[in-house]
Amino acid sequence: MKRVLKLLENDASLGAGQIALLLGVGEADVERDIAAARREGILLGSRSVINWEKAGGDYVTAMIEVRVTPQRGEGFDRVAERIYQFDEVESLYLMSGGYDLQAVVIGKSLKDVARFVAEKLSTLEQVTGTCTHFLLKKYKEGGVVYARPDDAQERVAYL
Amino acid sequence: MSGYAPQISARAASLRPSGIRRFFDLLEERRDAISLGIGEPDFLTPWHIRDSGIYSLEKGFTKYTPNAGISALRAECARYMERRFGLSYDPAGEILVTVGGSEALDLCVRATVNPGDEVLIPQPSFVAYGPVVALAGGVPVPLAMSEGNGFKLTPSLLASALTPRARVLVLPYPCNPTGAILKKDDLPALAGVLARSNILVLSDEIYAELTYGCRHASIAGEPGMKERTVVVGGLSKSHSMTGWRMGFAYGPRELIAQMTKIHQYAIMSAPTTSQYAALTALRDGDTFVESMRESYNGRRRYMLDGLRAAGFSCFEPRGAFYLFPSIRAYGIGSEEFCEKLLLSQNVAVIPGNAFGESGEGFIRICYAVSVENLKESLIRIERFVRQL
Repeated sequence: MKRVLKLLENDASLGAGQIALLLGVGEADVERDIAAARREGILLGSRSVINWEKAGGDYVTAMIEVRVTPQRGEGFDRVAERIYQFDEVESLYLMSGGYDLQAVVIGKSLKDVARFVAEKLSTLEQVTGTCTHFLLKKYKEGGVVYARPDDAQERVAYL
Repeated sequence: MSGYAPQISARAASLRPSGIRRFFDLLEERRDAISLGIGEPDFLTPWHIRDSGIYSLEKGFTKYTPNAGISALRAECARYMERRFGLSYDPAGEILVTVGGSEALDLCVRATVNPGDEVLIPQPSFVAYGPVVALAGGVPVPLAMSEGNGFKLTPSLLASALTPRARVLVLPYPCNPTGAILKKDDLPALAGVLARSNILVLSDEIYAELTYGCRHASIAGEPGMKERTVVVGGLSKSHSMTGWRMGFAYGPRELIAQMTKIHQYAIMSAPTTSQYAALTALRDGDTFVESMRESYNGRRRYMLDGLRAAGFSCFEPRGAFYLFPSIRAYGIGSEEFCEKLLLSQNVAVIPGNAFGESGEGFIRICYAVSVENLKESLIRIERFVRQL
């Protein structure tokens, strides 16, 4: 199953038939693996990688360090749930080190993100502090390079 | 000055630029075609290898190296050959670092061939063997491989070609363009024929890391063969380092000494930056090679299946990154097939006769391109052959 997942991770558009050929296994086996991965919550979905900056999407992204008070019996999970349910939160991680949670927040404008932090995030009673960093340029995400230079090497034409 | 003909040497003039120049001119004009033509890995050199090259520059390693290459690299080459192919060579005297495998081929021929000597060249194979032999004054003797024999050199064909003038046998396996390999059990019979002659083997093993389903076996590993074999290796295909021009020659001390002498006058030493990058590649590159091989293998199966489904008769290659399907069923020649395919569907493949006359009736497809492009090219190729 891992080899199937590895291929899908790089190219979700591959069909079971193509994966079967690439791996030299039966198509039915691949279909079974994919179904099992979905069932077991291993394969959670597939999305396209889009460079919105090029597509003209108007978004700002912020990385927000969040300090929270963990709750008895629940640890960080309960407060994390309260945070990640907001649509504005694209990703949320529990961190070791200088702060507790890292939220990636996407908004239409700086103001939009600032309002989310001030009105929704900071006002949660377990949140003791936040520090917001705005993303200026995306070089690489999810293994995909975004800011590749345009100049290509001149190459041999044949053979 | 009008006309340089008197200034051009007869040997240079005798080299044909390429028998299929017209096709390549067409290809040049159509840079936007899906190209399955270039025989080059589609991976970049791994970053840690590139970084070693950069670091060597930062440290100021910008001078000539010893003629044979830096000793640490030759030592690493020896360990690599032992580890991967069970061959042992002395870094001091039996290994030479060259400017790509191409230079190693040229040096070996120049060091061993006298004017009029014959060099046996199984074909279809790499385009440079013949010209390199001709430049040394030798006589290239093509041996036609057939699909029926899996494009392998057979002992009987070899035996029949062993004239008193035959001096060198080029053994081009794993083979560009056919993808054929020689397996371990193919080698003893060939070695048996060679043992009865005085012929030297120039074993071009530049694709040695790219075999599927079995480990590459070198003729130099056969009893009595190491003494009469020069193995050519390099990092272009195995480590995606084509532009670094890193090749290696492994062979008997006396031969390597002669080759080093020519190398010293013609080249001086292989590029210093590349040698330091190569050191890292050999020391710390096995994982990358493994994952790249796995990736090619998947695409090999995918493309082979697709071509067969489209109606092509295609030999299953076990090496390199090429497929060599037959196009005889379509009633046109290789060049015409490739030209029409390019003009009508914008897919570039190479006519088989570019690799020797025995390649007529075939086309070479390089599958070292993205699955997405393979997918699309299969659709276009199928559309093309349906209308033929």
